[in-house]
Amino acid sequence: MTTAIALPHAKRTLPNGLDVIVHEDRRVPIVAVNLWYHVGSKNERSGRTGFAHLFEHLMFEGSEHYNKGYFFPLQQAGALLNGSTNSDRTNYWEVVPTTSLELALWMESDRMGYLLPALTPERFETQRGVVLNERRQNYENRPYGMALMAISAALYPPDHPYHWLTIGAADDLRAMEFEDVRAFFRAYYHPANASLALAGDINAERAFQLAEGYFGDIPAGEKPTRVRAEASVAREVRLVLEDRVELPRVYMAWHSPAMFAEGDAEADLLADLLANGKTSRLYRTLVYDKRLAVDVSAFQHSRELSSFFLLASTAAPGQSLTEIAAVIDERIQALADEGPTVPEMERGLAQAEAHFMYRLQTVGGFGGKSDQLNAYNVFRGDPDFFGDDLGRYRQATAKSVGATARKYLAFDRRVLLSIVPRGQAAFALPGSEPVSVS
Amino acid sequence: MTITRVDRSRLPAPGPDPQFRFPEIVHHTLANGLKVRTVEHPGVPLVTFVMQIDGGLGADSTGREGLAALTADMVDEGTGSLSAIDVSDALARIGAEYDVEVGADATLFALTTLARFAARGATLLSEMLMTPSMHGADFERVRQLRVDRLRQLTDLPPAVAERAFLRLLYPSHPYGHLAIGSVEALRALTREDVVRFHASTFLPSRSTLIAVGALSHADLVAIAEDAFGGWSGEEQGADVPAPAADAVVEMGDSPQLLVVPREGAAQSELRIGHLSARRNTPDYPPLLVMNAILGGQFVSRLNMKLREEKAFTYGVRSGFDWRRGVGPFSVQTSVHTAATAESIADTLKEISDLRGGRPATADELSLAQASLTRGYPRNFETAQQVARSVGQLALFDLPDSYFEQFVPNVNAVTVDDVTRVARTYLDPGRVISLVVGDRNVTEASLSGLGVGELRVLPPTG
Repeated sequence: MTTAIALPHAKRTLPNGLDVIVHEDRRVPIVAVNLWYHVGSKNERSGRTGFAHLFEHLMFEGSEHYNKGYFFPLQQAGALLNGSTNSDRTNYWEVVPTTSLELALWMESDRMGYLLPALTPERFETQRGVVLNERRQNYENRPYGMALMAISAALYPPDHPYHWLTIGAADDLRAMEFEDVRAFFRAYYHPANASLALAGDINAERAFQLAEGYFGDIPAGEKPTRVRAEASVAREVRLVLEDRVELPRVYMAWHSPAMFAEGDAEADLLADLLANGKTSRLYRTLVYDKRLAVDVSAFQHSRELSSFFLLASTAAPGQSLTEIAAVIDERIQALADEGPTVPEMERGLAQAEAHFMYRLQTVGGFGGKSDQLNAYNVFRGDPDFFGDDLGRYRQATAKSVGATARKYLAFDRRVLLSIVPRGQAAFALPGSEPVSVS
Repeated sequence: MTITRVDRSRLPAPGPDPQFRFPEIVHHTLANGLKVRTVEHPGVPLVTFVMQIDGGLGADSTGREGLAALTADMVDEGTGSLSAIDVSDALARIGAEYDVEVGADATLFALTTLARFAARGATLLSEMLMTPSMHGADFERVRQLRVDRLRQLTDLPPAVAERAFLRLLYPSHPYGHLAIGSVEALRALTREDVVRFHASTFLPSRSTLIAVGALSHADLVAIAEDAFGGWSGEEQGADVPAPAADAVVEMGDSPQLLVVPREGAAQSELRIGHLSARRNTPDYPPLLVMNAILGGQFVSRLNMKLREEKAFTYGVRSGFDWRRGVGPFSVQTSVHTAATAESIADTLKEISDLRGGRPATADELSLAQASLTRGYPRNFETAQQVARSVGQLALFDLPDSYFEQFVPNVNAVTVDDVTRVARTYLDPGRVISLVVGDRNVTEASLSGLGVGELRVLPPTG
């Protein structure tokens, strides 16, 4: 049964190039303000990694006409607010009571137009320290926390902007200079490189008027040139990293279709049928039947320039990564040879249908409707893709999913990373080279 | 279209707060004693069922820590003719999100699905809850996965800290452990323990079903009746766990300082606090406001000091862990190793200051009240949010009017109230300061803090 699932909206582009997208949802007296800048760690250069994210922190410290921390007035208005940076984009959002919408627009527009006069070396230093602590907390002091750094570095060559993680290298963060902020802001933080979505208790005409009023005066900047980069892995790379962990874990990573490219939705379905839930092929074999592993996960990490498909499984006490890897390979081979079964495809589609519906529940925040509209607008140039996005899953077939497995999950073009307890390198897959990350 | 250009000389003043109305909660009690609450939540065609059963981790008896959670985990491991795999398949076929939460006083089973699968979802949930298969092989596997998980948690500083902190707060009380329990207790548990615990606690008379979704009250009740009307079972005196909320707590009378060594750690994970208040205290609104000022929001005194002024941490939070019985107040953060002792000293100073040295100001009060009240409606955007909120009413015996009274109650708090509750419910004289971090680097500076003799705990906390 096919249900119409839609995310209706209106879009206009201001003369200075700012895209404005509006979605009306009157159920709760709140409005979500969501602003994307099409800049992320992919716009950084080697030696200065982590800059885009550190810059995001500075956006909360004040702007010319409100030269203090941004949280004070917005929390006073009852707003929830946050921001985040990934390899491809930086987003900022507020969820405000309807009656405080103008405050959020005032503040977002002030930091878009007038950030630099408020920045000081002292604020820069403090946020550098905060980010170094964010890195310690979420990467250095967390079990398996350095895995993605090692995998990204192996999947992408040093000059490829996905070679490093958004958090950046600690040495790079320490080496950054306050002066770099100015050029970065001018290059990326302007209307022509931004997209504003408003969702919630507001009508489109009023929203466009407000957007024009608050953002219309900000000078158009120059659209940055698109980053282009190629990457491939031509062999099987085997690495080992020792960490403060109890149980060894094996990661497998492959290059996979870029976001929205042919095969991207199929890779997402593949991840589900391999490792989501007890019915999935790998969970059932590794954790349920053979009890070789305590967990298994799979994920199509869709990104703008290129994606990667990541599988991970943690060994049960006393079990070997070699045996786990052999089972995974055998199951992937079967999937590539025979494709998914009918029940697997039915299940996958039922879950995709439901998940698209779940995505319509909130107007704001990470993953809310405003965030989704901006994602479609920034990555596809058109916010009108929600229905087509689901259509990609509806159109996937056992044949196309099997073909995606065959084409991308090749054993001779992947990165295998073993993470093992300190001093126990012998637990790694045979032939693994020690890798160091910091 | 008339465009008014922005005036940047001042911030726009917010308009009057929108009126907040919580949707009607309809009450039913089925013949078997099951309490049913329904709420209509139109818009997105989804439905959420939350079954809240009395008896969370606090129902674990001594030596059986982890039993409630292990029992809850067995619920989706097969029922009737369905194997564990079949249950997983059935949930996937209706695109369901299934989630279990073992709290201190109750366990929640939540199932969300498309509204057109509401009846199927409720039936599935009822079969899982009423007649779980509890096969021996499944029990062994699930228990072993929990033992392995506990082993992994010894590498995770926040988990090590939580575990050790609970033991210190509740040295001989049923709240004194994580839901997952301990390796020794899990190893000693048998399938019969789980079967017995299920029989004595999974009873309609101990449960509340909350159904929220894009259906009418009548439809939701009919679905609940069809799915759960046949649930039977009565409390059998001796087997019923004593309510943990009634157990005697020791509030403590002197400060304690403890380290769980983690050599070479990049940061120290900190827990600073003590037992404080029950959820049903009449001082709940002023405590929320006081906490917001101290450490409950980004612009709190603690976060402004430790993050925005000193850059010791990515963030710091304080809060009450609300329970039916006496629950803790604690400050939680992870700080750069070199800043460990200073972070504890700063935290204790902020607590002391709020109790009188530097009491809350009128501006701080109004900011805290506004941030708690003005955005309040956004807490009820999804069916799951509404269902879990209604669950809180049942758990803590709060009136249905509670949500609509929240804003006026918080706005009635005064500066004097904040100082009074800070003095009553926070006490540096009996605070427990726990560090999971590098002992060698931090020991000297910690010993000079004067917040208790430094004691070292084993690595498992």
